[in-house]
Amino acid sequence: MARLSGASVARIEEICDAYQGEKTPLVMILSDIQREFGYVPLEVQEVVSRKTGLSVAEIYGVVTFYSFFSLTPKGKHVIGCCLGTACYVKGAQRIIDRFCNDLGIEPGGTTDDGMFTIDALRCIGACAAAPAVTIDGKVYARVDISQVPGIISAYRQMEGGAE
Amino acid sequence: MYATTEELQRDVQRFMDELHGKFDGSDGKTYLVFCGGTGCMAGGTPDLIAEARKLIADEGLEESVVTRRVGCFGLCSQGPFVRIYPGDILYRLVKAEDMYDIIHKHIIGGEIVERLIYEDPKTGEKFEHMADIPFYRRQKRIALHGCGVIDPTRIEESLAMGGYQGLMRALTMDRQDVIDTIIASGLRGRGGGGFPTGRKWQFAYNQDSAEKYVVCNGDEGDPGAFMDRSLLEDNPLSVLEGMAIAGYAIGASQGYFYIRAEYPIAVQRVNAIIEQAEERGLLGDNILGTGFSFHAHVRLGAGAFVCGEETALLNSIMGLRGMPRPRPPFPAVSGLWGKPTVVNNVETLSCTAYIMREGIEAFTQYGTENSKGTKVFCLGGKVVNVGLVEMPMGYTMRDLIFDIGGGIQDDKEFKALQTGGPSGGCLTPEYLDEPIDFDNMVRLGSMMGSGGAIVMDEDNCMVDVAKFYMGFICDESCGKCSPCRIGTKRMLEILERITSGKGTMKDFDELDTIAEACKTNSLCALGQTAANPILSTIAHFKDEYIAHIEEHRCPARVCKDLIEYHIDPDKCRKCSACARVCPVFAIEGVAGKTPFVIDLEKCIKCGTCVTACRFDAIYKA
Repeated sequence: MARLSGASVARIEEICDAYQGEKTPLVMILSDIQREFGYVPLEVQEVVSRKTGLSVAEIYGVVTFYSFFSLTPKGKHVIGCCLGTACYVKGAQRIIDRFCNDLGIEPGGTTDDGMFTIDALRCIGACAAAPAVTIDGKVYARVDISQVPGIISAYRQMEGGAE
Repeated sequence: MYATTEELQRDVQRFMDELHGKFDGSDGKTYLVFCGGTGCMAGGTPDLIAEARKLIADEGLEESVVTRRVGCFGLCSQGPFVRIYPGDILYRLVKAEDMYDIIHKHIIGGEIVERLIYEDPKTGEKFEHMADIPFYRRQKRIALHGCGVIDPTRIEESLAMGGYQGLMRALTMDRQDVIDTIIASGLRGRGGGGFPTGRKWQFAYNQDSAEKYVVCNGDEGDPGAFMDRSLLEDNPLSVLEGMAIAGYAIGASQGYFYIRAEYPIAVQRVNAIIEQAEERGLLGDNILGTGFSFHAHVRLGAGAFVCGEETALLNSIMGLRGMPRPRPPFPAVSGLWGKPTVVNNVETLSCTAYIMREGIEAFTQYGTENSKGTKVFCLGGKVVNVGLVEMPMGYTMRDLIFDIGGGIQDDKEFKALQTGGPSGGCLTPEYLDEPIDFDNMVRLGSMMGSGGAIVMDEDNCMVDVAKFYMGFICDESCGKCSPCRIGTKRMLEILERITSGKGTMKDFDELDTIAEACKTNSLCALGQTAANPILSTIAHFKDEYIAHIEEHRCPARVCKDLIEYHIDPDKCRKCSACARVCPVFAIEGVAGKTPFVIDLEKCIKCGTCVTACRFDAIYKA
């Protein structure tokens, strides 16, 4: 990653400052950064380290422990395939396999064009909609494997790209 | 700001009158009540509401017809729902285009829209009222009191349903008496462990410390379970009230909600209710003039299943990696920032509010000798009525699956009920008449768990299910202790070999050895229980393991490496539908001329062709 812009550094410092009254705010700070920037690379961790006085090692330990934090940017569209038990017993594995096959990436991976990331999700609590897939937060219920190519091309078309 | 309990009670009376008016028609309005549960929201509730509002506006009925969104109705497989008051008529499987008839026929014409009325799939009997539907008839809502009835974003409605009455009663009692009440109620932790809640409170009460904490464990990680999420979203005040009661009892003035980041709506609702409670003087210093002070905060999980373990959860709140530590010291002695801390599950806290409000008897009249009250389950998988169920402890598995659950989908054969998630086990048809309570579930080789209840049928491979759970645990093992870190990985590798037909009987025997080592030597419950799904499937379905190992056969035809897809040439109508959807072009044939054939070398066994074929010509072998 390139060096952080001055504005980014200022924003990260601002996030850190917002939690000054808290005893142990690290996870909250990182959550805000993840939500706003989409990932928490080393350069960002260094800024957080300077502001909080925690070592980069400790921050890195926390970032890599929780699945919510990511060291690399995610794709423009995040396809989350629910692999909770209720979805799994209704064939969710085949759905995620098909997404992976069609996009040529593994779960957790991002396509080279930065368009899609596939995440294997734990239960999203939509068990009646099993197998469920969420794309950018929108829930697709009772996904049938034959719908997968159509879903992907719909997002590609939305981006104006040809199939 | 309410300065005294009397001031609050005066308003509560007003809130109750207002809420009743929304149900019995006494306010002269008609209400269209929509289910805001995840299933219904994904199924189109927002579109339904938009459509209803448009039609209401078109007819100029804005003054007399009102839409309301409440929490989860529970019967998710029949959603989206619209419930109409007065009259309490329930419409199910509603689509946007149905709103026209609901508004015109029902609201304006006063005529029930027959086609949208719930119909029992077995008997064909129709039910206009929710409470009459077999799914609801035998349920009892204690923890979920108010859920699906009130608008959870408005504290007034929760107060009208009895919210804060339990805390107000507690505040008139001696702290030890509050703890004795909870002990006498027999309430046990709903997160899965089943530890007596009152005793936990007693330990923390006994600690001499000026600073103590209450933590609400809302890190619901069991895949296939969303009880706590529903409760936090649909009546957050009942959980907040339980937390404040716990705080009063043990002498804590600070409480923390720890909620999964995957539950943004729950987080938003809890934050909103805290804010409203603060504005009204129901949280903060000197609550209602009683001298009791309590403050609540929200902390988000960041995606780690192990944080459901209480010491890991506390570490996570303290900004560290969410790794467990050895106990003792228990959190009740040394928890958050080294201070005495009570960690209770969401459902448990809601139950304490109910007990303090309604009394011990109201709670203990339900349940079995050592498991009092009710339990919330998320019934899912291959059962007809998928949804949220709260039923008295002691109901049998048959009650849950066949009576409340309506039986198995597509009349398939019931194979197993999985409870307790990755720490639990499978219960088979021979146990259908066994009562469900904490001790009996353990006796039968599973556990109550937090409430996930997944029904499996003949099409589910139990070795594959065991592999699924082991994959989950292996991913979620925090890595601190080696029996869990290495043991779960080794067990997963063995299961992968077995499900791909490469397993040996030596592998099979080794599973047992590793399972035992993992169970006895792991640091926390995650590792100690990690092998349960394997041990329980071996106990009941050993023949399936043997079939995979010795015959290289998956009896349920699930394990990809052991099945092949074929097209029956007699059934094939040569339409080419399968070939057109195949992602790897493995199906060949000439449309209208020759039956299609799958090239087994190219086939990736994704199964797309099976769903594309309208003539049932493609089979697994």
